[in-house]
Amino acid sequence: MTQAPLLRRITDHSSRADPYPLYEELRRTPVLHEEEGGPYVVSSYYDILGLLHDPRVSSDAANLAAAGDDELSGPEATGLPPSFLRLDPPEHDRLRRIANSSFGPPHRPRRIDSMRGELAGIVTGLVDGFGDARQIDLVDQFAYPFPVTVICRLLGVPREDEPRFRGWVDPVVAALDPDTRQGGDAGFRRTVQEARMQLGMYLAGLVEQRAREPRDDMLSDLAAGHGPGGSMSTMEVLSTAVLLLIAGHETTVNLIANGMLTLLRHPECLHRLREDPGLSVRVVEELLRYEPPVQLVPQRTCIADIELRGVTIPRESRIWLVLAAGNRDPERFRDPDRFDPDREDLEHLGFGSGIHICFGAPLARLEAQLALAELARRLDGPRLVEDPPPYRSNAVLRGPRHLHVAVDAVRPSEAVYF
Amino acid sequence: MRLVVDLNKCQGYAQCAFLAPDVFTMHGEESLVYNPRAGTEQREKVARAVAACPVQAITVEGLREASDAG
Amino acid sequence: MPGEEFHEWLRREGRIVIVGASLAGLTAAESLRAGGFAGSLTLIGDEPHEPYDRPPLSKAVLLGRASPEHTELPRRREIDAAWRLGVAATGLDMAAKRVRLADGEEVPYDRLLIATGVRARPWPKEEEARLDGVFVLRTRDDAVRLHRRMAAPPRRVFVVGAGFTGSEIASACRDRGIAVTVAERADGPLVGALGGVVGAVAAELHRDNGVDLRTGVMVTGLEGDTTGRVRAAHLSDGGVVETDVVVVSLGATRNTDWLAGSGLGAGPRGIACDAGCRAFDFRGIVTDDVFVAGDVARSPHPLFGYQFLSLEHWGNAVAQAEVAAHNMISASADRRPHLWVPAFWSSQFGVNIKSVGVPTMGEEIMITQGSLAERRFVGVYGHRGRVIAAVSFDNTRWLEFYQRQIETGAPFPVEYRTVDRRPEGRKPVPADFPDPSLPTHGPTVTLSGYSPADRRLVFTPARH
Repeated sequence: MTQAPLLRRITDHSSRADPYPLYEELRRTPVLHEEEGGPYVVSSYYDILGLLHDPRVSSDAANLAAAGDDELSGPEATGLPPSFLRLDPPEHDRLRRIANSSFGPPHRPRRIDSMRGELAGIVTGLVDGFGDARQIDLVDQFAYPFPVTVICRLLGVPREDEPRFRGWVDPVVAALDPDTRQGGDAGFRRTVQEARMQLGMYLAGLVEQRAREPRDDMLSDLAAGHGPGGSMSTMEVLSTAVLLLIAGHETTVNLIANGMLTLLRHPECLHRLREDPGLSVRVVEELLRYEPPVQLVPQRTCIADIELRGVTIPRESRIWLVLAAGNRDPERFRDPDRFDPDREDLEHLGFGSGIHICFGAPLARLEAQLALAELARRLDGPRLVEDPPPYRSNAVLRGPRHLHVAVDAVRPSEAVYF
Repeated sequence: MRLVVDLNKCQGYAQCAFLAPDVFTMHGEESLVYNPRAGTEQREKVARAVAACPVQAITVEGLREASDAG
Repeated sequence: MPGEEFHEWLRREGRIVIVGASLAGLTAAESLRAGGFAGSLTLIGDEPHEPYDRPPLSKAVLLGRASPEHTELPRRREIDAAWRLGVAATGLDMAAKRVRLADGEEVPYDRLLIATGVRARPWPKEEEARLDGVFVLRTRDDAVRLHRRMAAPPRRVFVVGAGFTGSEIASACRDRGIAVTVAERADGPLVGALGGVVGAVAAELHRDNGVDLRTGVMVTGLEGDTTGRVRAAHLSDGGVVETDVVVVSLGATRNTDWLAGSGLGAGPRGIACDAGCRAFDFRGIVTDDVFVAGDVARSPHPLFGYQFLSLEHWGNAVAQAEVAAHNMISASADRRPHLWVPAFWSSQFGVNIKSVGVPTMGEEIMITQGSLAERRFVGVYGHRGRVIAAVSFDNTRWLEFYQRQIETGAPFPVEYRTVDRRPEGRKPVPADFPDPSLPTHGPTVTLSGYSPADRRLVFTPARH
């Protein structure tokens, strides 16, 4: 489990609060290959963008396993087939298309738009719930419960089951962390496999129920087994449901928490947002560049030799795409370490690009916009209790574990239309 | 509001069609059909769509001014 | 005046005239102002409307999702120009540096940009073309007329020509539940632009969507009733199709007639210009005060053997106008070449069709991703051992990879593995473009030889 110095330092928990100087160092070797059998790490904007659109780069879990990664999510490991996130076309396209037919255009163009009022209501309710407190943990009291509530409503998972599935989600998410994967012992692997299995079985129960009594939610559509996009097998329904449940909140919690942290470090922006909730649109896009919730994509392999910057990445190599480093690439963004919501020409890599671009991006955007605008408006005199805050250990899904904020008061809610 | 989408840049990510469904619609999986003239009541949703476009392909006249005025 | 001083003067108080007030003309005007041009700017357009966007006219407008009267282009900035709309330019005096207008006025310039674009090729039999119910679709006024008639709705629409526009019209008709017949001289739709392999897929698309597609036939005549309304179309195979709306979609003609006798290298294939957008005169000498951009230009491209390319592409109009604007007000050392890689899109029957490069140069095609049968694929065209173009059906997110392959002259056939490569894509097959001597239309990229002074008046509709 020896990991060469720079990658090791990046994945090490002690760098979590500020990995950006390490990313800068990383960009100096645009294609970093530190050790035999290790990944090729790509960190420059245009290289990452190119590889995200390169048909010689595979997302297939089977290819990754063949490339020697310690694979936890293969079919044998869990009994669940890989989700579309871990598949190539045509299977990826088919499964994603079916999932999308219940989520967005062309078949359900208004599903997300029509949730705006509901999202605003959830946000308002959570802030109301702060009560008279003078100190709030914005992660536990807001950034986590908000997207969980939303994804539960969207999928049709009972919100009150959250304590149950959280215990299964946590190890699955931890398994995404390259650090834990490299260091993971047999016991950890068993825990992860068990958790996935439990999560799948839990969702199978719901899917079965929705097949009998459909409601207006995505599990019902998936359970129906057929729709405008085609049909999924039962196992495919379950792995899609697991993916959507986890991805539907584990990234947004970080987007919101990273967002509030960044705004508290840039009080002038926070002030502007309070005056003009519409600014949240640009704030969120800049956040996706500046502090992206998914820092790197460690799951790609190449299925043919790829020449990049004079380096040949041999076929069957693992490739890491460090999105967060590309987002701070000075070749692409002027003054990249500056947080600037007024930035023009903001084609960030926060949601990836190409066929695997974040499935839930439109929902995540709306959630983060509403959340940050509401917090900016209602928290009176907010300030960080500790800076940096404690971070979750995960190097891929990076964000604060807690975000303790002291406030003078929490202002009363009022209907805001923007 | 007048708008135009550079459909060479467009890769059918459909963010605009999610966020401003009265102006942008998907015709099939990745073909975008849009109304080049959107009503001012769509201003806020169009602003979201413009910002969210992963390839920054949407140009709108008067979005900024309208935002300042509103 | 030394060059630098001259350009300073030009930027400060020169007179720039742009003939053609559409996408290229407007983009150039905006780029000139953005580039610091403070002199006088005149935009001349033969249509009475301010600059509008054309692609929606055959898409959102025909689908009933936008008004034909409201596709005006958004302005990126204030351009402070004198507008001469509804007045066509009728002549150019290069020696006196003046543009003559239809109303007799003459407009002097220090720098001229010609962006007069193309017009729809009309039905060649004039009397038949005048029948009520016979349309072309190029301008806003065309779209208003057709839109009105489509609302009726017609019993059957008859489309002459299955190029991109013809196919989009057929698609819109089917979307609205209107019966439509399409007649195409080649063996399938889009064959002139993308070849027979892809054309066969397009043909299936038409038929599966309920289009009455007739290929390998010519339309021999349009028949009117006693009131002068069109009632039927006659085909070379003896067929007669009853119809009340005919849309003639036979490609476009370049608007260069007004330059006859001007001494510019202008002809039916466009106006020749160098990679810096400077027009050639008919002797093959490059001018320094007349520039060209957009559909009417033909310019040499190093990626495609320095042949002159005519591109009827939206993106080309924008990119070339920006380069022309920059070069018009810059000294020679600061000028930029227009090296845009051709890129095109069309939306029909719910399928997104895109291409990069010059498919018509392709001798062979390989399906490197996806499958023709599923109508989701990427096809790569090869020319003399290198990748020259690519086309995608509902696979646009991969296309920029292939654009780089074209730009770097990557070898063809494509040997490497790709995701979703099927057995059918392992071997190249002939791309199956029609014999150049067989007229077809709608290629959107036309190679037009090496001579900048080509003034042949012989009309050969495609693949010149």
